[in-house]
Amino acid sequence: MSEGIDEGLRRELQRQGVWVTSMQELYNWGRKNSIWPLQFGLACCAIEMIATAASRYDIARFGGEIFRPSPRQADLMIVAGTVTKKMAPQIVRLYNQMPDPKYVISMGACAISGGPFKQGYNVLKGIDRYIPVDVYIPGCPPRPEALLHAFMELQRKIDSQKLSGADKAEFLKPEQPSEFPVPAFGEHDLQPPANPDVYHPPKLERV
Amino acid sequence: METLEQIKNRAQLAARGARIEIVVNPGPSQQSSLLIDNEYAVAVAKFLRDDPALRLDFCSNATGVDWLDRKIKKTVKVKTVVDGVEKEIDQTTEEAVSGYLEAVYHLYSMTLKHGPLIIRMRTANRTDGARLPSLTPIWRSAELQEREIFDLYGIHFEGHPDLRRILMWDEFVDHPMRKDYREPDDYEWEPTPHDDVLEKAKQHYTPRPQLDGAENIVAGGDSLNG
Repeated sequence: MSEGIDEGLRRELQRQGVWVTSMQELYNWGRKNSIWPLQFGLACCAIEMIATAASRYDIARFGGEIFRPSPRQADLMIVAGTVTKKMAPQIVRLYNQMPDPKYVISMGACAISGGPFKQGYNVLKGIDRYIPVDVYIPGCPPRPEALLHAFMELQRKIDSQKLSGADKAEFLKPEQPSEFPVPAFGEHDLQPPANPDVYHPPKLERV
Repeated sequence: METLEQIKNRAQLAARGARIEIVVNPGPSQQSSLLIDNEYAVAVAKFLRDDPALRLDFCSNATGVDWLDRKIKKTVKVKTVVDGVEKEIDQTTEEAVSGYLEAVYHLYSMTLKHGPLIIRMRTANRTDGARLPSLTPIWRSAELQEREIFDLYGIHFEGHPDLRRILMWDEFVDHPMRKDYREPDDYEWEPTPHDDVLEKAKQHYTPRPQLDGAENIVAGGDSLNG
């Protein structure tokens, strides 16, 4: 582990042309620079996501350009756009099909909370009701810079994840679920309307 | 294109027995429409499509309208004799109209480059009689739009080739565009509620009997600074 190496000694060795690293650092370095997102878009946020992948903003600079058409090959799900209640079970199903470690970016007002359609009957009020979200990006839609920022935040998170010890990353703990129940189509709403194991709305403090 | 009056008269000649009314639109658009009797709707629609002077071959839009039970107030000036003197008195009458659902079609002619002609059909009521003849056999473009009307308003189109829900899932039972639709209550997390949303969010607030008084837990008009 890198914590075990004296930082001064490490720098001294580096000057002499000896690179000392740890399995965790190497592993995380590789992971964070080759995040493969799942290729799907739901609404106008997807257009910004496409712009982010195209030459002007170029997400390839961060190693995220390989959009995969199959969830089996993807590390990252960018929920880009309005999640309708009819679409939500499919999103959860795709998430379940992704192999661990997997990450979710909730992009734009709709994916966070329902956005301008929050009071509608047909839009899910945030994808975090069914799957855990790592990074939220506000905006309607967020600019490509915002998505790049979220991507860098996610890289920072991946880089800080530990491979062993009590505080190791969630995906390495066997008791942590990596699949979540797919909601069913009910008579008036999705059943259940939110997964209580995942969704913890903040408590409003009234004063 | 001919006037609505002429079209109405010719349609009534073509489809004998059909009752057609002109629904006047007093708004700035002045787009009045023809209200077609359900029994002869297909015959009238066929006439509108095939008549050489009309050739309304394109149904660009079909939509639904929900009319709840309502009262129409009419004020009429009535001359009456009061104490031997003739006076004009405003007399207000109320007419109760029971609710119905309506389907509205906007028709154009691609061959003759005219339109729109707007036709309407009304159901008998909003419950068991919410049935209309389908105009999909006449205008193929109405197929998906009639399915949408069926999904969101609950009008059953008789003669439609494939009447299923199109936007909502099949297990759904309500018709969300109806005016008396009650949406599911998922307002437990509303950071900045106001107006209607505030009222709905209040149902989820934790009670504060010491502040609000036990009787005002839900309906308390307090401000929210969460």
